[in-house]
Amino acid sequence: MRLPYFPGCTLHSKAQNFDASARAAAGALDIFLDELPDWTCCGATFSMSADSAMGLAAPTRILASAKEAGKLLTLCSFCYNTLKRTNHVIKTDPERRAKVTNFIEQEYDGSVRTLHLLEVLRDEIGFEALAKRVGRKLKGLKVAPYYGCLLLRPAAELEFDDPERPTILENFLASLGCQVVDFPHKTECCGSFVAVSDRGAAVECSTRILETAATLGAEMLVVSCPLCQYNLDQCQAEIRASRTRFAGIPVVYFSQLLAVALGCEESCLHFEQHAVDPRPRLSAWLGQGAPAAVQA
Amino acid sequence: MKLSAKKQDDEVIALIKEISGEDVRACYQCGKCTAGCPLASSMDLMPNQILRLIQVGEYEQALKARAIWWCASCLTCAARCPKEVDPARVMDALRTILMRRGITHVEIPAIPAHVLAEVPQQALIGGFRKFVGY
Repeated sequence: MRLPYFPGCTLHSKAQNFDASARAAAGALDIFLDELPDWTCCGATFSMSADSAMGLAAPTRILASAKEAGKLLTLCSFCYNTLKRTNHVIKTDPERRAKVTNFIEQEYDGSVRTLHLLEVLRDEIGFEALAKRVGRKLKGLKVAPYYGCLLLRPAAELEFDDPERPTILENFLASLGCQVVDFPHKTECCGSFVAVSDRGAAVECSTRILETAATLGAEMLVVSCPLCQYNLDQCQAEIRASRTRFAGIPVVYFSQLLAVALGCEESCLHFEQHAVDPRPRLSAWLGQGAPAAVQA
Repeated sequence: MKLSAKKQDDEVIALIKEISGEDVRACYQCGKCTAGCPLASSMDLMPNQILRLIQVGEYEQALKARAIWWCASCLTCAARCPKEVDPARVMDALRTILMRRGITHVEIPAIPAHVLAEVPQQALIGGFRKFVGY
């Protein structure tokens, strides 16, 4: 299947590992991501000002450009949330819809369905089929699913999964053969953009998440958002400095684990970009799946 | 603090409602928002207290609170509120009122160069939307 794809600004720069691994893994499952020809930043986060339509212009234009296909795939939680919430406004608020569509000079009525790759894996491929394809490849790897906020909330608009007790990442991980480490903070904020104004506050949020996951036995954390990845990965040196029992756990994108499980070319993984290196723990599975070509 | 019914007619109260889309009168102060807020330990006033201040017309205190600039819009509060109020939208409305007055929480030139170089773009885009006055 081919899906129009909106990478968002971060996947083209700081999170190329997310983009590259997702394209490779999806491609291995015959899902081809057709990047939108003329896209801009979606302006995340979703503009909450109900009295203004300005913040809706960029995301509406992006959605409108996928009108023909009726679907648009995205990977980044920020983009997913922004596009879906904007679409909800377009569908339910005729006055702002008129303002925005007049401004961007494009007709759009909210017909495009924004999809996340995890939804496509669940609904189009099926986790059972994925499990058969992968053959419990990552058996023995203890992974904690970390959702963050923007994939789940507000649940009524996103309809992604249960906001308090989601299961999609757990089912995904189980289909790869991982041992899923459930933990209480899997839906709690990593600190998000507060990292820009008060890094300490964001580090506090991330520390709670990491320590709990590690205490419960997680060897790795899986995420779907470049900012979650940054906050959770980058703060670990600081945590180790003050809490010597914390050994550090790699934070990887779900697409990177999927790519490893499917035996994709390792050049798509870009694990060298991570602060806490996932390669040691994944060494059992790296260097196996790729054909006899030179590895990056 | 002198409470007065007249304060409820204040145009800023109406503006908070217009920008946020939320009616804070629905809040019955159960505190679930505060209990679930991951940034609460950085806040001077708790989310439910911010709503309470607006309920009694004391929005100026809410506008002066440090708390509103530490809200990460994670929507844990909104997900748990039994009255379906979205405190994060109220926080956002308070910030927006101040930002539209030109008050800024983050001075872009003051952000260290290494932070600008390191953080994912979405952190800057989101952070600027939430914290930079114009």
